[in-house]
Amino acid sequence: MTQQSALKVKVGRIKSLTENPTHYCAGCEHGTLTKLIAAAMDDLNIREKTVMIDSVGCSVLAFNYLNCDHVVAAHGRAPAVAAGVKRLRPDLTVFTVQGDGDAISIGLLETIYAAKRATPITIFAVNNGIYGMTGGQMAPTTLPGQVTTTTPYGRDPALTGTELDISKLIGQIDGAAYVKRTSLVVSEISTPRGKVYTIKNLLESKRTVENAFRVQALGGFAFVELLSTCSVNWKMSVLDAKRRVNDEVIKRFPLGLYRDTYGVEKA
Amino acid sequence: MKGNEALAYGALESGLNAYFAYPITPSSEIPETLAREFGDRKYPQYKCFIQSASELEAINMVLGAASTGALAMTATSGPGFSLKQEGLSYAACMELPLLIVDICRAGPGLGNLGPEQSDYFQATKGGGHGSYHLIVLAPASVQEMASFPKLGFDLAFKYRNPVLILGDAFTGQLKEDVEFPSWKAPNYDISWAVGDSNGRGPHILNSLELDYQKHYEHIGRIFEKYRTAEEKEVLYEEYFTEDAEVVIVAFGIASRIARGVVNNQRKNGNRVGLFRPITLWPFPSKALRKLANEGKRFLDVELSTGQMIEDVRLAVGSGVTVNFLGRWGGIVPTERELEREIRRLEIVAA
Repeated sequence: MTQQSALKVKVGRIKSLTENPTHYCAGCEHGTLTKLIAAAMDDLNIREKTVMIDSVGCSVLAFNYLNCDHVVAAHGRAPAVAAGVKRLRPDLTVFTVQGDGDAISIGLLETIYAAKRATPITIFAVNNGIYGMTGGQMAPTTLPGQVTTTTPYGRDPALTGTELDISKLIGQIDGAAYVKRTSLVVSEISTPRGKVYTIKNLLESKRTVENAFRVQALGGFAFVELLSTCSVNWKMSVLDAKRRVNDEVIKRFPLGLYRDTYGVEKA
Repeated sequence: MKGNEALAYGALESGLNAYFAYPITPSSEIPETLAREFGDRKYPQYKCFIQSASELEAINMVLGAASTGALAMTATSGPGFSLKQEGLSYAACMELPLLIVDICRAGPGLGNLGPEQSDYFQATKGGGHGSYHLIVLAPASVQEMASFPKLGFDLAFKYRNPVLILGDAFTGQLKEDVEFPSWKAPNYDISWAVGDSNGRGPHILNSLELDYQKHYEHIGRIFEKYRTAEEKEVLYEEYFTEDAEVVIVAFGIASRIARGVVNNQRKNGNRVGLFRPITLWPFPSKALRKLANEGKRFLDVELSTGQMIEDVRLAVGSGVTVNFLGRWGGIVPTERELEREIRRLEIVAA
């Protein structure tokens, strides 16, 4: 079953994707997420009844890539704009793609209250531990000791606190129906013939994206946090950045299900 | 009926679909009235009332609702109006029709709950970042509080631009008789809205344009709309201006006091008149200039340290006398005070 899903991602024209080349940097997982969302929109046949709320950050140009209606929100306000659309048009699928600066810093109130009111929208929050679009400043998800342009000597927890676990936070809110953290990063596994890369994280993320849309169709609030790299601003090679997520970041942000009120994971 | 309640019912009668609330004195009767009426069968089109967690959340919910072509609004007062500026700047650039109400109180900062008109600059000059205007309506009676939501939505959808009703603590709390005309159900063009993309290309409501030339042209187009509004939508009221030597220029609650002063002065044989801008933007500059060309002198009266006076001076040009009488801090001048001031300034004979 999962093998078939994998094939579908790789081959065949995804109608929900435009033909525009993306602006994302080499190795960035934003493009991967865009493709997973587009594939889910095709599979669930919701493209013509979907509105994406684009947020500020690297996801802001998504209107060039996803072939659906878009409203481009101010920094942090995507969940509020999404709520406005959804309350007036409950028949539409409404979702946001936001970065960690957008969803967890400047827009934390909007994120929390969308969940608190059980707003039937879907939020995809990309966690790459940094402000990517603005050039690599500290994010709420930046790990202790991590060097960014605003923590040039490494993030000092005494001054700036530690990283914020948004899935744990949103998972505590009664109004949230589905909260899950997955990874968009390929990982290495050892085989007798040496190390190979596996896309099991991507397959899991694909399943999760679909579930997050299904939860909205059932009338629930869905929040998916997706671990990602930012090799350019981490000042690492693409492969080293992916290794960093799999070896280091994942320990501070463990993958898993934080809430599933409707039991869509079992279905 | 109170001004704030009249405004809420006026919005419902004009076909309001969605209200997004955040409480702040002295505007709270608006959300309170709209919360009471939510779910009433009399207003089947009224689909959504949400109390938000912040002013920012409320204005951005309005923005989302407006994106679907719905009649959406929110109301606030000074400190909250400052927070609304973010959403208003975006909505103007995205060309979204929405209605916002500012029941102006004394500022800056927390100020107090008394009436002021000191949000005039913020209301008429854009208020947020970037080049844009709100269309600004200034009610001076409970009847106008009731009628202006309809006018506001009509203008918002006609120009695809946010419209502001700038009231004050006094007009919000004032109790007067009011009539609601039976307006037709709105039938605005919403072919631009997001929703069903079946059989058409995507609709993208966006304020981002990285191509500088395209952004230059986009803002230029918005300002062409504004020039049309300046030609067609200016509203003002003239009261005994024809033979007046001195014309008081005042809007909102200040114009109510000025009207009483004009009546008193006329009894004494003093030729005093009143010019009341109803649209603060577009400002009735041409009509004022016409009065100036007839050789009249002006007294600008505002509940602020003087903001509209800059537009009055620009309108009448140099060499024309424009005196100023302002009260701020939440204080409303009495007719007698105003008349004393008029005598002191030797604007009319004692």
